[in-house]
Amino acid sequence: MQTKAYKHPVRFVILVFLAVSAAACGGGGDPPDAGASDVSAAPAAVAGNGLTAVELEQGIGPIRDLDLGDVDGSLAAAGGEIFAVKCSACHKLGERYVGPDLSTVTGQRTPEYIMNMILGPEEMVARHPEAKKLFAEFNYTPMANQQLTEEDARAVLEYLRQVGAENPGAQN
Amino acid sequence: MTNSRFRLVMLVAAAVFAGAFTYACQSSSGPAAGAGDAASDVYVAPGDYDEFYAFMSGGFSGNVTVHGLPSGRLIKTIAVFSQYPENSWGYSEETKNMLNTSFGMIPWDDAHHPQLSQTDGIPDGRWLFINGNNTPRVARIDLSKFETEEILEIPNSAGNHASPFITPNSEYVIASTRFSVPIPQADVPISTFKENFSGTLSFIRADRPGEMDIAFQIHVPGFDYDIAHSGRQVSDGWAFFTTYNTEQEHTLLEVNASQADKDFVAAVNWRRAETCVAEEAGRLVPGQYVHNVMGEDRIGRSELRNSVRMIEPADCSDMIYFLPTPKSPHGVDVDPTGEYIVAGGKLATTIPVHSFSKMIDAIANERFETVINGIPVLEYEAVLAGEVQEPGLGPLHTEFDANGNAYTSMFISSEIVKWKLGTWEVLDRQEAYYSTGHLMIPGGDSSEPFGKYVVALNKITKDRYLPTGPELAHSAQLIDISGDNMRLLLDFPTMGEPHYAQGLPAELVTANQVQMFDLTENSNPHATLQESDARIERAGNTVHVYMTTIRSHFAPDNIEGVMVGDTVLFHVTNLEQDWDVPHGFAVIGARNSELLVMPGETRTLRWVPQRVGVFPFYCTDFCSALHQEMQGYVRVSPRGSNPTISFGTGD
Repeated sequence: MQTKAYKHPVRFVILVFLAVSAAACGGGGDPPDAGASDVSAAPAAVAGNGLTAVELEQGIGPIRDLDLGDVDGSLAAAGGEIFAVKCSACHKLGERYVGPDLSTVTGQRTPEYIMNMILGPEEMVARHPEAKKLFAEFNYTPMANQQLTEEDARAVLEYLRQVGAENPGAQN
Repeated sequence: MTNSRFRLVMLVAAAVFAGAFTYACQSSSGPAAGAGDAASDVYVAPGDYDEFYAFMSGGFSGNVTVHGLPSGRLIKTIAVFSQYPENSWGYSEETKNMLNTSFGMIPWDDAHHPQLSQTDGIPDGRWLFINGNNTPRVARIDLSKFETEEILEIPNSAGNHASPFITPNSEYVIASTRFSVPIPQADVPISTFKENFSGTLSFIRADRPGEMDIAFQIHVPGFDYDIAHSGRQVSDGWAFFTTYNTEQEHTLLEVNASQADKDFVAAVNWRRAETCVAEEAGRLVPGQYVHNVMGEDRIGRSELRNSVRMIEPADCSDMIYFLPTPKSPHGVDVDPTGEYIVAGGKLATTIPVHSFSKMIDAIANERFETVINGIPVLEYEAVLAGEVQEPGLGPLHTEFDANGNAYTSMFISSEIVKWKLGTWEVLDRQEAYYSTGHLMIPGGDSSEPFGKYVVALNKITKDRYLPTGPELAHSAQLIDISGDNMRLLLDFPTMGEPHYAQGLPAELVTANQVQMFDLTENSNPHATLQESDARIERAGNTVHVYMTTIRSHFAPDNIEGVMVGDTVLFHVTNLEQDWDVPHGFAVIGARNSELLVMPGETRTLRWVPQRVGVFPFYCTDFCSALHQEMQGYVRVSPRGSNPTISFGTGD
């Protein structure tokens, strides 16, 4: 017949022992993972959730320390168009829908948090305590990653700032 | 087991363990555990990718299946010539035109020979072409999307078997009629075969996406034309077709078409033919055929064409020659250098190999045995490079590695024979299970074989898998060709009957993958680009439902105002913009299929409600934890009741 390897029990024994011994060698040649996921090595980590204070405040993602001026009307208009196509199937302004009402979100979250949530909802929902809380509250409906660029997300932020300014009563 | 035997086994095991442990800890870059055994050679760990894509023809399924090698895992079915309810290919309003022919919509075909596009004679990963054998057609599949984008019917053809073999820069895919027929078709007695029947060889423009067309046809004698391959390197500019039934019989061919000692390989100088076409040789002959293209808006459209340029060999000298070839040859395969043309004489006792350079000399010296219909027949000895003696029984198809070796399938003796180009000596044999047809080495019919494996595409399965009633999956086998001797590694099942296959390194395809369609570039006229635009419009007896999907709801999901007998068109746009998030749409009583809508795409399902009532629709593709909540209702009122249209979601 054609194959021989598995007819021989000793071969199988070798395979098992090789697997065991490889595990036993324990990191012999692998470089340590330098990624930021090593919680204990991150001095600024906050106990319990593994996030830094900055991550808690500004969300997890590429956006940090925005310097915002007054609302830019034309940028907000562009953001409104993007919002209509990519966000409005789940978010309405002024009412809870599939996702939270966003008419007051700029009063509740930092601008960096909002943009990071748009750009990387998967990681935010997996790791950030506030996002996790909302994920559960909204029946674990995943927030879709709609592939906005940072530029798009910035425009949507501006739109939400404009909407928020029109809802001053809701601002914190 | 006795105690002493047990102790012995344990002792051996301990020694092996110690040795293995030492070995494993010493070497981090050496061979993997169990290297050299078949299981580890085909093992692709969970989460890892296969090294090669293999594209298998789906045979009488009409489609293409995609497997990874070396694992043999089936990773995709690409719908081509057959309606495919899984993704609504041929059922949705946007795709059903793709199956149009001059006979009307034909929802099935018999797909035999995939061919990858090539640049400089090397597979480039852009497109895959495949033939429809029964209703002569050739399809072009885009490998950035794994989707059929273009299908061209071939007029004046019957049994599009020798197709679609590609030229080295994808200038043409070539085709021929397997069955000779009256050309143009005519009401004649079958017994007048010799007077009234003939064949065609077709050259189809292939390197301009969306513009496939019959560049020209060559009118050839009434034989059967079986398989083809293009020349390459030194023979670039030529194409080769096998013939059988040069006896020109029309009944009981298994006896009557096996009389002659030799049939022919037809050698066509297609650059010469191009010159004749440029000089307007030949004539436009009537012949209806349909061209179907998937547009930028992802909607398939059909165009009927009515004539084709046909060249008579007598009107274009130096264009075509016959090379005598024993006996009822099947495959014709050209080695990577282009010098050797290997014919699989399926009833021959040798594998004849023609020499391209000797053929050119024989033409120059007019070493002609005779002339048939203006086609010179060269002398066998004048074109023969050599013969592989006693290769086995029933040689069919040959593939090549990069080291000057050829691998030929032996259908009758059920084996693969490895032999040396130039010396013609048999180097190795590998039994196949059972009765191999085509072989496939990645790049093995190109200028640069990627090698490593040969896949045997077997015709008979018998006992290779758990029995599944009368019909069995066809068996493919993976064989390691990296060493001097072939080594059988793996059996894996295939869909339909895989005839030929193509393979190439995965990175040539993965680099260009489309993950979704940009919603902002969706130009389907029935697209709904934001949920607030979802709506219903009635136009006479047609009701257009402009619907959107996102995890996990439809808008609208409550629909009223439809009557029995209306034609309801659900235009479903998937608003998702992430990879791997299609949504499905299915409605009770739909007499076609579901829809499967890719992110950013619009697809349309036609539904004619037959009964009064309230009927559900739902998402078929599990999309989130709330997938089971992704549903809706459509209310169907009696014919003539003129109900008010209303719709909404979450109201």
